[in-house]
Amino acid sequence: MSKKVIIPIGPYHPLQEEPEFFRLYVEGEKVVDIDIVLGYVHRGIEELSEHKHYDQVAFLVERICGICSNSHPFAYVNAVENLGKIEVPERALYIRTIIAELERLHSHLLWLGLAGHFIGYNTVWMWSWRYREPVLDCFEMISGNRQHYAMMKIGGVRRDIESDQVTFLKKTLDELVKAVDMFKGAVMDDPVIQARLKGVGVLTYQQAIDWAVVGPTARASGVDIDVRRDDPYGVYDRIDWNVIIEKNGDIFAKTVVRILEMYESISIIRQCLDKMPKGEIDANVKDIPPGEGIGRIEAPRGECFHYVKSDGTNRPIRHKIRAPSYMNVASNKVAAVGQTISDTTITLAAVDPCYCCTERVTVLDKKTDEKIMNGLDLVRLSQEKTERLKKAMGK
Amino acid sequence: MRSLKIMSIIENVREKLAGTILDWYEHTAKRIYLKINPKDIKYAAQVLFKDLGFRFIIASGCDTPEGIEILYHFSYDKSGLVLSVRVLLKDKKKPEIDSIAPLFKAAEWIEREMWELLGINFVGHPNLEHLLLIDEWPKGNYPLRHDRK
Amino acid sequence: MSIKTKVLTKSLWVFHAATSPCNNCDIEIIDVLTPRHDVERFGMVLVGSVRHADVLLVTGVPNYKTKERLKKLYSQVSQPCLVIAIGNCACGRMMFKESYNSPCAVDDIVPVSAYVPGCPPKPEAMIAAVVKLIDKLK
Repeated sequence: MSKKVIIPIGPYHPLQEEPEFFRLYVEGEKVVDIDIVLGYVHRGIEELSEHKHYDQVAFLVERICGICSNSHPFAYVNAVENLGKIEVPERALYIRTIIAELERLHSHLLWLGLAGHFIGYNTVWMWSWRYREPVLDCFEMISGNRQHYAMMKIGGVRRDIESDQVTFLKKTLDELVKAVDMFKGAVMDDPVIQARLKGVGVLTYQQAIDWAVVGPTARASGVDIDVRRDDPYGVYDRIDWNVIIEKNGDIFAKTVVRILEMYESISIIRQCLDKMPKGEIDANVKDIPPGEGIGRIEAPRGECFHYVKSDGTNRPIRHKIRAPSYMNVASNKVAAVGQTISDTTITLAAVDPCYCCTERVTVLDKKTDEKIMNGLDLVRLSQEKTERLKKAMGK
Repeated sequence: MRSLKIMSIIENVREKLAGTILDWYEHTAKRIYLKINPKDIKYAAQVLFKDLGFRFIIASGCDTPEGIEILYHFSYDKSGLVLSVRVLLKDKKKPEIDSIAPLFKAAEWIEREMWELLGINFVGHPNLEHLLLIDEWPKGNYPLRHDRK
Repeated sequence: MSIKTKVLTKSLWVFHAATSPCNNCDIEIIDVLTPRHDVERFGMVLVGSVRHADVLLVTGVPNYKTKERLKKLYSQVSQPCLVIAIGNCACGRMMFKESYNSPCAVDDIVPVSAYVPGCPPKPEAMIAAVVKLIDKLK
């Protein structure tokens, strides 16, 4: 059996040369081992935090990841509020919840689009990204920016949601329900997609526990955890909603979890818009006392954890940030091994890492080092597999 | 008002780790910090993860005047409790502690990160090498240490 | 074929290089370059190989790992090649200037022809930048 090296880089943003992010070792068609190389997006944010005052840190941590832009400030302000035992006004809690769920919607739609592209369903990609736009319009209306909405503040939120904005939000949600219905039908009920994604990239329940994965990656493997229910923040303990769990741990399960979570998000936002009381949106916090605080929230990718240590001055003396992808990406060490090359891109993307992370993949032979393909070819392999399945099923 | 679930898990922790607990501080109902001796970390991690079913969230190292402090954060998801286990490594020139990576894979990366950013040696770690920084990063230059030039 | 001629007669081939971004700029770039925003009417096409690129879009703050990669990428383009820095991070490092892992700005590594500030720049801002650049070339 000839051993070859394939160097796939990425579907849309091929980053040609080293350094690579994932090094997959193959024998023939099968992936036998994987090295994960980090550090491409390391900007030393924890250290920078120590030189910024508490308000500035909220803006800094937004930029950890653009897709989960709200999650990090939310977890951060929760950490500082836990430290200082600060009470946040009711209306602010509702607004925070609305923003967090809108973010979940846009993030899951983004992932759906990418996943669709990787397996060759470009229409899914176009449509899901098209339906992201109204969500981004909502953000722009409320906060002034499509991404990096800077809504979180220690003790409250920075901007209010006006009553005329509520009407626009509700209208957008109505459209989104129809869109999610369409995706549910197009994706979950499609026998080709089921054949393509079922049994692929499986992370078993026990593996999910050993690797301490979080978010949809964990819930798709039957691990019943969700910070919104387990350690409520915002107004999640006053709203009716469901945690979505699937059992099989394969990519299809992860897809189902994300699609069904979108329905829950829409429902949560609607309830918040109806129940939101009038009142203050800011507790006007002046000083942070010495101590330690821990805040965590359920970001679209899973539990986002922040730890803040204060000595009573106006800057944190230690700020530990743990993004959900830190745990989830590591689990690819078991999920990607044993897969075929054509399933690689979708397996790595299934944990929904930061977009940039998915892009840098190198596949190496265990013994030799010969390049035969580039990144676009790997995605094409994945898309071709779907075509073969379609033909085999007579579609 | 504490729920029964939290009270019973706290009882279990206190019972199983009795003898190793140097300090126990409850900041709020769901945020507890307990201090142990560095030599007991493997035992504590084993008890929390394998026996009591806590989930490992992450660990955070911190350079303090008294030494290098590490907090191991564990979550008891059924009751939303975060239990942070604190150890203090007094020797700042050569801070060292047993690795808990052999117990569960989830700890591998964060120990590498703490090694490269704070200079802590994790004894028994399967591959203590750079995670985030380039391999050519100058030795002895630990970005999160406060005495760094 | 000179870049001027390309602008007048052919599509501009664009390659996207990310240094250490938060991804927002990258997502907005895809938004712009996909048929939805229809930038193809200006003749821009995304290519998979830097060797074919006429325009290099750079996002993010260079760190030690990505600085070398950007240098290497730029050394492989066939001149002339325009470099456009997209986003505040690529324009001037913004709040990451004092980071221990950021050695320099993008324009210390490659010569930048156009800066598009914003965090992230809206698709309209990027399209406006491209139009201005094309007009200037003409």
